[in-house]
Amino acid sequence: MLVRFAPAVTLALLIGPVVAGLVGTLLPAFGVMPVLGRSEPSLEAWRELASTPGLLRSVLVSLFVGFLTTLLSLAIVVLLGAASFGTRAFALIRRALSPVLAIPHVAIAVGLAFVVAPSGLLFRLWSTYLGGPARPPDLLIVNDTWGLALMAGLILKEVPFLFLMLLAALPQADADRAMVIARSLGYGRIAGWLKIVLPRVYPQMRLPVLAVLAYGLSVVDVALVLGPTTPPTLPVQILNWINDPDLALRFRASAAAVLQLLLVAGSIALWLTVERAVRHFGLAWIEGGHRTACEVSSRVAAGVVGALVLAIAAGSLLAIVLWSFAEAWRYPDTLPSSFTGANWRGEMKRATELLANSLLIALATGAIGLLLVIGCLEKEVRYGRYRSESTGLWLLYMPLLVPQIAFLLGLQVLTIQLGIDETFLAVLLTHVVFALPYIFLSLSDPWRSMDGRYRQVALTLGASPTRALLAVRLPMLLRACLAALAIGMAVSIGQFLPTQLVAAARWPTITTEAVTVSSGGNRRTLAIYALLQTLVPFAGFALATTLPAVIYRHRKGMGSA
Amino acid sequence: MHVLISRLFLVLALGMVLAVTPATAADPNPKNWPAILDAAKGQTVYWHAWAGEQRINDYIAWVGTQVKEKYGITLVHVKLSDTAEAVSKVVAEKAAGRSSGGTVDLIWINGPNFAKMKEAGLLFGPWAEDAPNFKYVDVESKPAVRSDFTVPTDGLEAPWNMAQIVFYYDSARVKAPPKSAKALLVWAKANPGRFAFPDPSNFLGATFLKQVLTELTPDKARLLKPATEEDFDKVMAPLWVYLDELTPKLWRAGKAYPKNSADLRRLLGDSEIDLGLSFNPAEASAAIARKEIPDTVRTLVFDGGTIGNASFIAIPFNAAHREAAMVVADFLMSPEAQLKKQDPEGYGGFTVLSMQKLTVEQRAAFAAQKRGPATLSTEELGPHLPEPHPSWMTRATEAWKKRYGVQ
Repeated sequence: MLVRFAPAVTLALLIGPVVAGLVGTLLPAFGVMPVLGRSEPSLEAWRELASTPGLLRSVLVSLFVGFLTTLLSLAIVVLLGAASFGTRAFALIRRALSPVLAIPHVAIAVGLAFVVAPSGLLFRLWSTYLGGPARPPDLLIVNDTWGLALMAGLILKEVPFLFLMLLAALPQADADRAMVIARSLGYGRIAGWLKIVLPRVYPQMRLPVLAVLAYGLSVVDVALVLGPTTPPTLPVQILNWINDPDLALRFRASAAAVLQLLLVAGSIALWLTVERAVRHFGLAWIEGGHRTACEVSSRVAAGVVGALVLAIAAGSLLAIVLWSFAEAWRYPDTLPSSFTGANWRGEMKRATELLANSLLIALATGAIGLLLVIGCLEKEVRYGRYRSESTGLWLLYMPLLVPQIAFLLGLQVLTIQLGIDETFLAVLLTHVVFALPYIFLSLSDPWRSMDGRYRQVALTLGASPTRALLAVRLPMLLRACLAALAIGMAVSIGQFLPTQLVAAARWPTITTEAVTVSSGGNRRTLAIYALLQTLVPFAGFALATTLPAVIYRHRKGMGSA
Repeated sequence: MHVLISRLFLVLALGMVLAVTPATAADPNPKNWPAILDAAKGQTVYWHAWAGEQRINDYIAWVGTQVKEKYGITLVHVKLSDTAEAVSKVVAEKAAGRSSGGTVDLIWINGPNFAKMKEAGLLFGPWAEDAPNFKYVDVESKPAVRSDFTVPTDGLEAPWNMAQIVFYYDSARVKAPPKSAKALLVWAKANPGRFAFPDPSNFLGATFLKQVLTELTPDKARLLKPATEEDFDKVMAPLWVYLDELTPKLWRAGKAYPKNSADLRRLLGDSEIDLGLSFNPAEASAAIARKEIPDTVRTLVFDGGTIGNASFIAIPFNAAHREAAMVVADFLMSPEAQLKKQDPEGYGGFTVLSMQKLTVEQRAAFAAQKRGPATLSTEELGPHLPEPHPSWMTRATEAWKKRYGVQ
């Protein structure tokens, strides 16, 4: 029975490449790489790594960006949640932020650069309407030394992500009733939420928060667009070494990748420790019984921050659209002085091929992921939960916590040795690793909360378990399945490093193209790929929501949410 | 241990059959060109080429349609942000023991990357001088087509483009542009933040360093021989003195650098800088035609001359489609492809061919091409300065990173 083995296969696909890749990285870090004729362990790579100019700065900047991104994103989400919970603004924020989640990281980064650079949209507006400088000032905003632009780009993406995670956690925390009681005891909206609701939802947000932390520490694609260059952050430095024809640098890259892994592990440990301290002081604060917590100023701040995040995201998107149609667009014009369709026409052929690659990979990734996840969830239904919830979740989050570059480096060498580099199989394997967790997270709640009696009725009527699944449960869960598929596909489409490292030459995608083109500085072409990257996931989500309505238009109650 | 990992991975591959490339027959013989053409038909060539410039990408796409039509070859442009990526790939394949069926068929290459591949025996050939169209190449008055950064090409790579450093400036803002490295420093001090060169990990940035070094060094002949530990610091000293003064006056005070030539040009288009440089004398004109930069932009070369070189294409030793790769390379050297390449509204890259070796009609077609408003004539460009030995570039870039790469 296929369902019986689903969890084992899922786990193997999820953890296998990560572990295999990590081993493939760990060995060369200590001088062992038989293909290069080195089998004597040594610490040479570490000595070389230590003597790299600017290494300490690279590490510090990575840490700075990782922690501040996580702290600020979490703070913004908590502020938004506290200030808007139970008001109409809450649904509004949800509806406004969800689309931002669908925009791939690289596209956001590209758009943000268009907006905040000294020759970008903001300075143009300032110059044109408020008497700002006639020429772009010589300010280091994008690619700044401390990674502030990088951080801003990450926050734009992490706020919607964490907010949706918060949203998912709220029902289980019984937040509505808790707030009613808190309010009736005289707590203010903010104080009540922070003291009663937050402590209940945070444990469920912990893993997503750690994933944000790990991502911020190890991100490559966004850093290539917005990050510092003198020196670059550690993960970008590693990528540079991997791409160097001097194979000796592979050892240094491996050592650096291990360092990256240690940094992430250490950072997670530090975060959990600080969490405990916060908990200690937080408890004292909660027990203090104060009924208010800067009620008015917090709500004003939430409004301002929320509007700012949205405005920057919208501005970035707008800038991308404008550049893709721009012909001449000189500083300080706020709009292009001439528009043209030539940018799009010129890129159409190439873009179509890349789109086809992206969609094929995404569809296969999403489909495999969905099948496996359905298998796992169905096994739960048939045989009961097979493992403690928290262990399962940690395993599920493993690909999101381990830095991509740390295991992809080892995996790349393995694919070449096995002769499967540049193959569809290799891309698929790496993409599934990253898409699976999201598909699982998205589908598990609706699946588990489905009324078990539908299945019982079907079984009582003589249906086999498989028939009960295919004829009764799956059609009812179609909407959730399609949503999970769309999420899986969106994750796949946004992947840069896995595609780049195992199959960039044969399976280029719109995302690898966007990053390659961003090195060229042609904003028009870059804008086209950033826009395509955004449109495809949007189309996916739109389909996922409209398809059930069309398929079940004759069945009452199944077409809509 | 390795066996274990491999096993694990095989299991993960869910028993799917691995694509095994059969070791193929003997090496193709370029002296028998008709046989090469036969074998090339139906092959797909993966050309790994730097893709930071839209006009060049468009040209490569055009080449693709031509070789499809003429020879039945499918050309795929594998876009790179750095040529080293392709070299790294071939090196990794060699290390893994893949001596045939390699994934890289053709590389746009020169300088240190070529020297490295040649030295490591990673190139197929010799073949380039047996290609039929090589007979048009100007080996007499363009020595760079056979000597890549002083390293003899030995038929392992075919020339397809001539490049020379030119500086471009907005004549509406810069009335008296600098005409030497020393004058450039004076200008930069008077106009801080208005000059930039790309990050020296990019070839244009590295070439700027070599340009200054060539101008400042008292013993220019020394640069044509390999760099050595003994006198490296001594030879480089004038460059560091120069850069110590220039760097704080650069765009962003040298805390960030444009990634490459196209990125640098964008800064001029955004009026962030007034003065930049290019490796393609026709680049500014092409950008004016595309309205990317103001039509007041002009170019110049330094009074003492500027560095120039040839760009090449090479075939890795293990390339899967060597025959078709040679045919594509040969087409790139054809008068037709060279003419198209020199079109100032397209790529605008200068030809490697000798006008004397062409027919009257072909010569007329080249002569009829308009030079853009910002492009200098051949006389104005003058003879270019030779590239230093590639070892200087490799070492200078590393040393630059140590000195200025951490700001």
